[in-house]
Amino acid sequence: MAQRIEVKDLNIFYGSFRAVADVSMHIAPRSVTALIGPSGCGKSTFLRTLNRMHEVIPGARVEGTVEVDGTDLYGADVDPVAVRRQVGMVFQRPNPFPTMSIAENVLAGVRLNNRRISKTDAADLVEQSLTHANLWTEVKDRLDRPGSSLSGGQQQRLCIARAIAVKPQVLLMDEPCSALDPISTLAIEDLIAELKDDYTIVIVTHNMQQAARVSEKTAFFNVEGTGKPGRLIEMDDTRTMFSSPSQKATEDYISGRFG
Amino acid sequence: MATVTDVPFGTLLRQTDARRRRTDLLMRVLIIGAFLLAMVPLVSVIWTVLANGLGRFDLYFLSVSMRGVFGGMDAGGIYHAIVGTVEITLFAALISVPLGLMTAIYLVEYGTGLLARMVTFFVDVMTGIPSIVAGLFAYAFFAVFFGNGVRMGVVGSVALSVLMTPVVIRSSEEMLKLVPNELREASYALGVPKWLTIVKVVLRTSVAGLVTGVMLAVARVIGETAPLLITVGVVDSINFNLFDGRMMTLPVYVYRQFSQGLVPCSSSSTDVCIADINFQRAWAAALTLILIVMLLNLLARLVSRLFAPKTANH
Repeated sequence: MAQRIEVKDLNIFYGSFRAVADVSMHIAPRSVTALIGPSGCGKSTFLRTLNRMHEVIPGARVEGTVEVDGTDLYGADVDPVAVRRQVGMVFQRPNPFPTMSIAENVLAGVRLNNRRISKTDAADLVEQSLTHANLWTEVKDRLDRPGSSLSGGQQQRLCIARAIAVKPQVLLMDEPCSALDPISTLAIEDLIAELKDDYTIVIVTHNMQQAARVSEKTAFFNVEGTGKPGRLIEMDDTRTMFSSPSQKATEDYISGRFG
Repeated sequence: MATVTDVPFGTLLRQTDARRRRTDLLMRVLIIGAFLLAMVPLVSVIWTVLANGLGRFDLYFLSVSMRGVFGGMDAGGIYHAIVGTVEITLFAALISVPLGLMTAIYLVEYGTGLLARMVTFFVDVMTGIPSIVAGLFAYAFFAVFFGNGVRMGVVGSVALSVLMTPVVIRSSEEMLKLVPNELREASYALGVPKWLTIVKVVLRTSVAGLVTGVMLAVARVIGETAPLLITVGVVDSINFNLFDGRMMTLPVYVYRQFSQGLVPCSSSSTDVCIADINFQRAWAAALTLILIVMLLNLLARLVSRLFAPKTANH
């Protein structure tokens, strides 16, 4: 189910502005990779290029290649819609569809694509996805209630259930815990630890402890100043990154001595 | 901040700012006064229409036309005008809603650059078209195909849709813009194509607001008189066919009855003769028009409530 990701010489643009420059990176299958760095360093932008969500913004474009299991996502014959079915995404703020119930939210990837699904298959998919997202026991008695009736942490887990219901190969998470309290954060982190058995996970986080807790590899992005592009400074095993990084900038950032 | 006052803290908290209180009171009075002033014409209209219209407003009045009615006869109704108004307005909505909605979708979801700016500009211009000009446009347009003097319900519908479309575009645009971008992104991230995202997420989320906007647009055109007078004309009998011949509409009916004025009743005749029958019919028809608009509004509210995003507290 999980795939490796190979990024080569990736440059990311908003119009004529180069937001991220020359990123090359290898992400192993069934692993958790954390992207850290100060605000504006382009880590979220980079994350969004991994499932071609970047180009949703007018004027945004990409140079370089992102290969998932050997296929370039930006190849001429690749459909961005198909890419997003294989590479799922969880956003910073929980965003369940307000017009849908909890169950409908989980099935959104199926229903919104006009795909037919039998009642029993749908029920199975809902239970399976919600169980996988550690939410089933909390919501199984109120599946027809609106998704927005849940707490913030539950909503975020609902969004994860929604993302894994379409059975992607890769799961991208853009600061999934930044709007949540510590208990919900812990629940999501436990969930990430379980999910990595099946998925390749890339997570952007501002929380250094979180990166240290959940990830095997950590990539540090930095930006020299406003108007300059963000760059990948270094990437290594998380343990190495947090104990003896090879770059001074990484050490400064991780130890909090950073601007 | 150098001085430390000896005033106890509690006294500080209870200090009243007389000036601020006076201003607050003054503004309160002004705002409530403005509201009451604005209510005066509204209440007055409703009162007058009820007082003058209720006398003739009954089932008979609603169910017969004006065919064969003359002089001061105690007869005649507005069935033909209701039919005309409902058909012509519905057909106008049938033209305006798809056109306006799709334009709004283009402007919000796709439009960038020159074309979008031009569309926005011309929509603004269209909003300001005087209704009589819209009527003349529709008339001239159909006269090209059907010759001079063409009068059909559909010509009136086109005239009304010219007035209605920019209103629909504007209100729909605002409603679509209110849909959070996060929902679009959530949908894209599930591998849903853009058009399905628009149909099933954006439109579905904003449907309540869209319906309200359409209803406001309908309410705006249903009372139009001038364009219908020149495009649809006047008739005394019932005509269901939008594509053939004149039709009566409620606003034109009101105008027509009112302009006919008092009936000269001769005292020698033994027939029933009501001198102000035309005025009575005009008021009753006006009352009907107001009721139809209110009914439409009620319907819109019901639809809105049905489709509104599910909230946590019920």
